[in-house]
Amino acid sequence: MAAGEVAILGVGMHPWGKWGRNFVEYGVAAARAALADAGVAWQDVQLVAGGETIRNGYPGYVAGASIAQALGWNGAQIGTSYGACASGSQAIALARAQILAGLCDVALVVGADTTPKGFFAPAGSGDRTKDPDWLRFRLLGATNPVYFGLYARRRMDLYGDSEEDFAKVKVKNSRAGAVNPNARYRQTYTVEEVLASPMVSDPLRLLQICATSDGGAALVLSSLAFARRHTTKPVTIAAVSTVTPRFPQTVIEMPNFATDSAATLRVPDVGFRDSIAKAAYEQAGLGPEDMDVAEVYDLSSALELDWYENIGFTKPGEAARLLRSGDTALGGKRPVNPSGGLGAFGEAIPAQAIAQVCELTWQLRGQATGRQVAGARAGITANQGLFGHGSSVIVKA
Amino acid sequence: MVRQRIPAVEGWFTLDAARPALLGTRCKACGTMFFPREESFCRNPACSSTEFEELELSRRGRLWSYTNNAYPPPAPYVSPSDPYEPFAIAAVELEREKMVVLGQVVAGVSVEDLEVGMEMELVLDRLSEDESHEYVVWKWRPAEA
Repeated sequence: MAAGEVAILGVGMHPWGKWGRNFVEYGVAAARAALADAGVAWQDVQLVAGGETIRNGYPGYVAGASIAQALGWNGAQIGTSYGACASGSQAIALARAQILAGLCDVALVVGADTTPKGFFAPAGSGDRTKDPDWLRFRLLGATNPVYFGLYARRRMDLYGDSEEDFAKVKVKNSRAGAVNPNARYRQTYTVEEVLASPMVSDPLRLLQICATSDGGAALVLSSLAFARRHTTKPVTIAAVSTVTPRFPQTVIEMPNFATDSAATLRVPDVGFRDSIAKAAYEQAGLGPEDMDVAEVYDLSSALELDWYENIGFTKPGEAARLLRSGDTALGGKRPVNPSGGLGAFGEAIPAQAIAQVCELTWQLRGQATGRQVAGARAGITANQGLFGHGSSVIVKA
Repeated sequence: MVRQRIPAVEGWFTLDAARPALLGTRCKACGTMFFPREESFCRNPACSSTEFEELELSRRGRLWSYTNNAYPPPAPYVSPSDPYEPFAIAAVELEREKMVVLGQVVAGVSVEDLEVGMEMELVLDRLSEDESHEYVVWKWRPAEA
């Protein structure tokens, strides 16, 4: 059964970068841009759904209210969500559910982050010997790129992908990012340049691993009835998937030390990453064949190839072939990451899943100047948050 | 001064120097195996058991995938050497448990020496040390024939 739809009345972003300012500034800038785009007054917003940042102290943990305060308290309902990389879609899910339930007509979804330099490390201080996220650094030195490296090597062994294939993802995304004013990295790279960058976690090199960025993104969502009073034909959200894995989860995931054991139980027919998009397609009553464009989480260049398969754009093992065909590049049959993806943005965690929806909205409205996917009518986002937060949004014109 | 040799984490592996093993648990009701040890509530969604028995995991398995840390990981990782020496990390699939378990690879074995599918075995090795302790952790190394 297809779920109800909500309208995307407005989208806005603060450009990604390493600006070093308070995350609230980026959130307010993005929110004001989205409200202006929607033609909705801030005073009329009935719900603020914020994605929280755990890198910015107490205000970060209550980001929805911190950004609402900076916009000027308006008495709206407030919610703040955390789901690691999926925080943004948690906030979208909150707003969408309240709108579909008839609890509010118009909501602001906003996420913003200011990030430290270098590897992500566990937030907070002190020894936490029961916390797997602390222990994986302490006992294994298992940084995020270590997990990405394991997946990339596995692809090479199982499917025959090459380091050059992975480099081509970065090359493709750098070309898209070069024409996106919100992207942090505007430089284009060649395969040779990517493969000459320093090795971080074999086989992945510095230019193939997502950086950490400052940035902010916002959406103004509303009921279809409210939207009809503001605009003629809004882009809509047809699905928000936030599924967990099913037990036993047999692929090693951050921040775990081991997979579940599959010795005594049947392995689920659909793996976790496949199930994220599958749930979204089922909600929307659409399939991969209906999608014209996708924004997926290229935390590493190789991981983008995994997502091609996970969102059903090709069969398992065929992603590198799809990439080589040029179909997923700008100008191709079905572009993936026309924004430039994380390769061109770096990750601003609570803003990133919202930014994916901003990009699809611009694409479906025909407003993605310089990187427009011709005639795009529907698109899907995909990502996942640490500890098992699925995240996928389907947007349609 | 002799440093006291202690596990870097309590109860995750035996201290048998010759034949060390990871210590997990098995649900007494449904038989599901867990590593790291699960001792509160069974995570099989169809099981509500709260009783577990300790389990020694297989000492050998097949290399599922591998990578390395060319740069020093951030704290709370503590490098055992100065200057920093890159090290490999292995994901090893245990056949009996049908479970993939991560571990550092012993010093002296680099990614060039590894190949998916090769047999690996568990050893105990130094993780780091401070003034009074040597912290020990499990690591993987290519299995001896």
